[in-house]
Amino acid sequence: MEYKKVNIGGEEFVIPKLPVSGMVGVVGGLIALILVFSMFYSVGPDEVGVVMRFGKYVRTESSGLHIKMPFGIEDVKKPKIRKRFTHEFGFRTVRPGVQSTITKAGHGDESLMLTGDLNSAVVNWIVQYQIKDPIAFLFNVRSVDGTIRDISEVAMRQVVGDRSVDEILTFGRGEINDEVQSLMQSILDSYDIGIQIVSVNLQDVDPPPSVKPAFDEVNAATQDMDRLVQEARREYNEAVPQAKGQAERQVREAEAYAVGRINVATGEANRFISMHNEYVKAKVVTKRRMYLETMGYILPRIEKKWIIESNDSGILKLLDLNQRKGGQ
Amino acid sequence: MKLKIIVILAVVGFMIFSASTFVLDPTQQAVIIQLGNPVKVYTEPGLHFKIPFIQEARIFDKRLLEWDGRPRSLTTLDKVSIYIDTTARWKIADPLLYLQSVEGNELVAQARLDNFIEGAVKDFIADNTLIELVRSSNREIVTTGIDEDGNEVRSVLETQEVNKGRGAIAGDILKRAKDNAKSLGINLVDVRIKGVNYVESVRQKVYERMRAERLQIAARFRSLGEGEKSKILGDKEFELSLIISEANKQALTIRGKADAEASAIYARAYNRDPEFYAFTKSLETYRIAIDSKTSLILGSDNEFLKYLKGVSGR
Repeated sequence: MEYKKVNIGGEEFVIPKLPVSGMVGVVGGLIALILVFSMFYSVGPDEVGVVMRFGKYVRTESSGLHIKMPFGIEDVKKPKIRKRFTHEFGFRTVRPGVQSTITKAGHGDESLMLTGDLNSAVVNWIVQYQIKDPIAFLFNVRSVDGTIRDISEVAMRQVVGDRSVDEILTFGRGEINDEVQSLMQSILDSYDIGIQIVSVNLQDVDPPPSVKPAFDEVNAATQDMDRLVQEARREYNEAVPQAKGQAERQVREAEAYAVGRINVATGEANRFISMHNEYVKAKVVTKRRMYLETMGYILPRIEKKWIIESNDSGILKLLDLNQRKGGQ
Repeated sequence: MKLKIIVILAVVGFMIFSASTFVLDPTQQAVIIQLGNPVKVYTEPGLHFKIPFIQEARIFDKRLLEWDGRPRSLTTLDKVSIYIDTTARWKIADPLLYLQSVEGNELVAQARLDNFIEGAVKDFIADNTLIELVRSSNREIVTTGIDEDGNEVRSVLETQEVNKGRGAIAGDILKRAKDNAKSLGINLVDVRIKGVNYVESVRQKVYERMRAERLQIAARFRSLGEGEKSKILGDKEFELSLIISEANKQALTIRGKADAEASAIYARAYNRDPEFYAFTKSLETYRIAIDSKTSLILGSDNEFLKYLKGVSGR
């Protein structure tokens, strides 16, 4: 057997020189290798294998390793039938993550739409879909993605066009999702596109940017309204219970006065009655005693006392009463 | 030598085979052209045969194809300028006719569709009012407002009757454009109105109106707030006045009753002997009224001084 030296990357290899029959063997081996590679294929867990023989659909294979006819006699396409595809309208997720970065710039054409009361609204939404029928999906419509996008816009605008701006911004959102989904599905089914719409979800729905401050103003005004009412209620609540307390106090004070007044009166009356009872028993003596006791009490306290003859009133003129009294 | 002949034969055989066959997958259809003349149409997928070198297979798409119009500025019947964006779907229904009419060139076909669809769009927009283009049905439109108490209330908005609606107008456009497209071997499957929007100048006016509407609602809320505040403060004044006057009334009544009762008690007691009452009360009053500053001049015949003149008195 002859050998041939070959220099590969600075190292010498010794390769046996093959006879002509050996060449045929190598070519045959290569052909066999290509054969094997073009015969075996694997279908991923989220895929399905659609096999065509000379372009004609013949069978569908589930995930795993499979054999097909070689040299392009059979060809296989592997649509991802378990994957959920998402389309965003009016915005795009730039960087997905826990806090996804989104951009709305340049997508205003998608999101600006007319409402049924001829106002405008900016509507962002997402559509999720799955491949329902892989054969229809592969063979019936050229631009599946573009068609789904177009029809999604058609359906959303049609549904929004039958609603007021209030319904879109606030209370009609769930209903809109459902209606857009069923409308999209019926249009797409008429195209036999093989797609199942999984969900339609409204995202941010806003008035147009230049009108938004006016909408915010309404919110601010409702806050103001509540604040004014709260303020008034507070004032009311501060004043009224206090006044009630004071009123209670006033009444209680009056009651206190009444009790005192009656008790004092009763006491004085009782005292008088007691005194009178004793007085009746010895009228003259009692009366004189009381009189004299009083005089005994008063007279020591008086600094200037005069005693005059009762029939001589002339002396009064000599007394300088005013000077004595005032001294000022 | 034998081997070489086999190889050459195999290569030539393969060349002839590939020149005399063509493969159509389910998305394709073909027209066989023989020396410039179309002779046969194939629409079924699979392996097909043709005469090599004399016949040529022109392959066309069999799938549903897209057409997307550029947004166009148009004026509606009620003279509103709008942008309208339409989208359509079509198929090569008759590949032979398609080949003859647009030379099988899709760009040419798209341009012809532009003419047909946009022409129909223009006609039907000019024949319909804006509301017909926006609405699709006579569904009741609900708006929110505020009642006298500031609560949100929903009410059905009065709107113009919609006779056709967006869907029907799109249907009309489709019908007209479909007939034209047929002459190109094209089946126009669907035309949809994708969007209707105001042109810039109208848009600004609409925004202005929307702003005014909202500011009016805002003003209403504020005014309602002020009103409610005044009402509550008025209530407060009323309540305070009621409480205070009621308290005064009660207090005065209680005091009055007490005074009356005291008076009655005094009267009952003192009426036993008015003269004695006068006597005792006078004495009490003397004690209080006469103090050190008082100058007292007593006549010598005063009762008190009776014994000053002698034991036997006067």
